[in-house]
Amino acid sequence: MTEVQYVAPGTLDEAVRVFASASGAARILAGGTDLLVQMRSGAVRPGLIVDIKKIAEMTAIEQGADGSFRIGAAVSGAALREHAKLKAIWPGVVEAANLIGSTQIQGRASAGGNLCNASPAGDSVPAMVAAAATVTVQGPNGRRQLAVEKVPAGPGRTTLAKGEIVVSFTLPPRPKGSGDAYLRMIPRTEMDIAVVGCGVSLTLDKGTCTAARVGLGAVAPTVLLVEDAAKALIGSKLDAAALDKAANACRAACRPIDDKRGTIAYRTQIAGVLLKRAATIAAERAGRS
Amino acid sequence: MAKLHVSTTINGEPHEFLCDAEQSLLDVLRGPLGLTGSKEGCASGDCGACSVTVDGRLVCSCLVLAPEAEGKSINTIEGMATSDQLHPLQQKFLEMAALQCGICTPGVLMAAKSLLDRNPDPTEHEVRFWLAGNLCRCTGYDKIVRAVMETAKDMREAVR
Repeated sequence: MTEVQYVAPGTLDEAVRVFASASGAARILAGGTDLLVQMRSGAVRPGLIVDIKKIAEMTAIEQGADGSFRIGAAVSGAALREHAKLKAIWPGVVEAANLIGSTQIQGRASAGGNLCNASPAGDSVPAMVAAAATVTVQGPNGRRQLAVEKVPAGPGRTTLAKGEIVVSFTLPPRPKGSGDAYLRMIPRTEMDIAVVGCGVSLTLDKGTCTAARVGLGAVAPTVLLVEDAAKALIGSKLDAAALDKAANACRAACRPIDDKRGTIAYRTQIAGVLLKRAATIAAERAGRS
Repeated sequence: MAKLHVSTTINGEPHEFLCDAEQSLLDVLRGPLGLTGSKEGCASGDCGACSVTVDGRLVCSCLVLAPEAEGKSINTIEGMATSDQLHPLQQKFLEMAALQCGICTPGVLMAAKSLLDRNPDPTEHEVRFWLAGNLCRCTGYDKIVRAVMETAKDMREAVR
């Protein structure tokens, strides 16, 4: 077995340089709650581990003058939970990230890791998709931004090029009357992998939905942005007919697998149920904002 | 390949050790540092028996790489009692028999202390959720939860 090398660069440029020039398999280490488990099981054998937590940008949460938030890719779930302002404006994003694992896992697990692990069932991803988060990526050819839903390519695979590192998520400025929510279905009370996950973000103006986005998890090889569900909500007063239409759009978007956690029929049915519940919670939060 | 040299602080004392890149913090605590209070249960972050704090944050030391300890402040179960005085949680666990075989106990105590440091007056619901990452196959959890609630009450009254 070849020996593993560990580096913890202090700058992003240095991190990209060593990550891009690695000859064998290289892995980014944020919270390590997936990577270390995969290494121990033998699923992954990196020759190089690049710890990004000594890079200030990776572990910071900042609010811009326009009200947008920039969340470093390695910020832990616990740090998200403790950021009162972020939690007030994006409760759905924070509750989704906080569903990942126990208190101990929350002390380490990050949204950047959750995205790059590329599980279709990653809890923070549908909420980030609903929030219209953009991801800043840096690689050997410089920086670029892309929509969060463009990152996953399939289970365990991303669209990132060799040497590219996810740096941060940007959540857009929030108009008045906006709210978001994330719900997942698991067969037990806590600490399990989503059978279905649904994130909804919407904006209300005098009770009419003027903007909406829906993210669905664990029902396809990647987390889905369900534009037809959003269209069904926009322009409505979130009445039963609009919610039914949006729920059906979610069910139509599902391309799930049968496995021990849930059947195709069950996942498809639940996707619509969660859409209605999450939209109702998001609307209630929007009414308070 | 050369070992990595790591300087860190453990229970308030400076420590140095040599490790391989893929070794866990738990490996180093239990091995070269001789701090065997933290236990290895699952080695995959599910059971919480290896719970420690890193810069005040509760984590599973099996899911931290040893070289990540560089420059950090780590607290383990060995630092919980002061000289010959048990921490109130430790004392209460003994009094209320909140342990049986004991292998989960160091992790449970570290997690419970981390909760009470942040929230001196938790509800039972909050205690159960906070400790959900600490598996115990003996007690059925009730005695643990009650001991944490009782300790919190005692500590609140003590500071009054």
